[in-house]
Amino acid sequence: MKQTRAQAARQAGSWTLDWQTANDGVLVAVLGGNWRLADSLPDAGEADSTLAGKHSLLVDGSALEAWDSGLLAYLSKLAGLCAQRSIAFDTKGMPEGARRLLGLATAVPERAGARRSVDRDSFLTAVGRESLKGISSAGQLVSFLTDSARAASGMFRGRPGFRYRDLLALMQACGAQALPIVTLISLLVGMILAFVGAVQLTAFGAQVFVADLVSLAMAREMAGMMTGIVMAGRTGAAFAAQLGTMQVNQEIDAFKTFGIDPMRFLVLPRMIALIVMVPMLTIYANLVGMLGGALVGVGVMGIGPLEYLDRTQSSVGLGDFAGGLFKAAIFGVLIAVAGCMRGMNCGRSAQAVGDAATSAVVTGIIFIIVSDTALTVVYMLLGV
Amino acid sequence: MQPESAPAAITISNLTMAFGTFLIQRDLNFEIRRGDIFIVMGGSGCGKSTLLRHLIGLNEPAKGDILYGATSLVQSQPAQRAGIMRNIGVLYQTGGLWSSMTLAENIGLPLGEYTSLSPREIRDLASLKLALVGLAGFEDYYPSEISGGMQKRAGLARAMALDPEILFFDEPSAGLDPISSRLLDDLILELRESLGATIVIVTHELASIFAIGNNSVFLDADTKTMIAQGDPHDLLDHCPDPKVQKFLRRGEGEDVSPVPQGGPA
Repeated sequence: MKQTRAQAARQAGSWTLDWQTANDGVLVAVLGGNWRLADSLPDAGEADSTLAGKHSLLVDGSALEAWDSGLLAYLSKLAGLCAQRSIAFDTKGMPEGARRLLGLATAVPERAGARRSVDRDSFLTAVGRESLKGISSAGQLVSFLTDSARAASGMFRGRPGFRYRDLLALMQACGAQALPIVTLISLLVGMILAFVGAVQLTAFGAQVFVADLVSLAMAREMAGMMTGIVMAGRTGAAFAAQLGTMQVNQEIDAFKTFGIDPMRFLVLPRMIALIVMVPMLTIYANLVGMLGGALVGVGVMGIGPLEYLDRTQSSVGLGDFAGGLFKAAIFGVLIAVAGCMRGMNCGRSAQAVGDAATSAVVTGIIFIIVSDTALTVVYMLLGV
Repeated sequence: MQPESAPAAITISNLTMAFGTFLIQRDLNFEIRRGDIFIVMGGSGCGKSTLLRHLIGLNEPAKGDILYGATSLVQSQPAQRAGIMRNIGVLYQTGGLWSSMTLAENIGLPLGEYTSLSPREIRDLASLKLALVGLAGFEDYYPSEISGGMQKRAGLARAMALDPEILFFDEPSAGLDPISSRLLDDLILELRESLGATIVIVTHELASIFAIGNNSVFLDADTKTMIAQGDPHDLLDHCPDPKVQKFLRRGEGEDVSPVPQGGPA
């Protein structure tokens, strides 16, 4: 009997594996010691070269002490290798339990075509796939917008199609309850603007113009944009998660089979709530932001409070506020569209709900920044 | 049992279901007669629930037609479709209750949509429907506050809200203990008897299939089409197909051979 010691015992009390060739050419694998998942078992793939040119393999487990699924995984991979090389695989010497479990694992043959290929896409394929995804998401946006326009026109023609109670609750959730974070953000933005302006303006001895800078910037730009971004993260994500979970729970299906259009029952009140509340929050953000500017101007730079107030009043006109509020209303629509669209198109798993919330925020912020830029250019051209 | 001559409530003709290029089932042809308790059965993943989603208009067929009476669901105008939807009730696999509303509101919402009842009348009707499914007193609970079996029953109460002519059940006994599942079966039988409703059930629960079903279709996942239809009891006694026999006998019995045999099982 020829003996090749392929693997020696690694540590005391661990596994052993001997490859032996019997006189009749049968390859014998002698397994001994502990074959458990915790024993850092060998990879059956390493046996590939040993198997080359053999006609049958006998695994002998008479020296086994303890075993669990680790042993089974090794044996079933070994059995697979043998099947590939059409080597007879014999488990006669294994413990009875292991043989039966192994029999179970091979009882139902692998379903043809069930295994997924995990080939990586080539670069070009990936680019193509992503572009197609982009096109289909643009299509989604168009169909969502037409659906919501249809729902909105239905609202003006007849019954609103949603419950006022829901609308009020939504307004409270995305309006009043957003006050603390809007306060904090706009106060700090006002202060930051004042500090940035102070450094530059002091160089010209024109500190007092800090009031102009802060109030103009807040009214025309920052109040609406910061409120929009806060709302995209806070409410857009919430809408996507709510509608997405309703999709998972078949609640949206239930609306459809009752003939209740989810666009008007769920999406419309959310849109209205944001279209109303984002401008309201923006007015508030304006006030708080100017207050933040005043804190810095009066408290740090020593401008007189009355002087600061006077400069603020003379620098900002109603038109500046109106322009800012119009932008804010547009942001409200866009945040609602992003959140509700991602929620309504959500897949049916927890992962999909998470993705919907993420992409609602990303889409919302992109919408806000792009539309803000566009509107600023339009305002400039119109001379508003 | 209903007479064979009862008119068809739903006619499925040449229906093929697919997601994109992925075929689910093809060439389905069967009738659901008025007053039937019709079982859609088949192994897991054969497309039973997908068939249900097609029947209630949530998915569009790749080919073929679904007729409610003489009206095609597939080609219907929005107003016609609303008329069909008004006459069906669906109990979803997970209950599908609106989680932001109490049970009474869940049942009251469709009533408010389709009737001109006063809020008090709606509330009373909701209480009645809840009492019918054994949930009296739970009007002001939210779906998340009650057990899975109670959610199923509340879902049934909502499905019955508008006294529909056709009720669809998606795996009604999934996740229910044997006693609750038996009670649900009794309730379904009672609904058929008292309201004369037509009932379509997607299930693979053998006990229910034999206890309440009087007509059925068997979908096969391998050939991707229907391989048997008729009363489940008849199928058990006379259907020659080994897959149907194996299914109806829980895989037991020596008559399950790979070669179909013409003789009685």
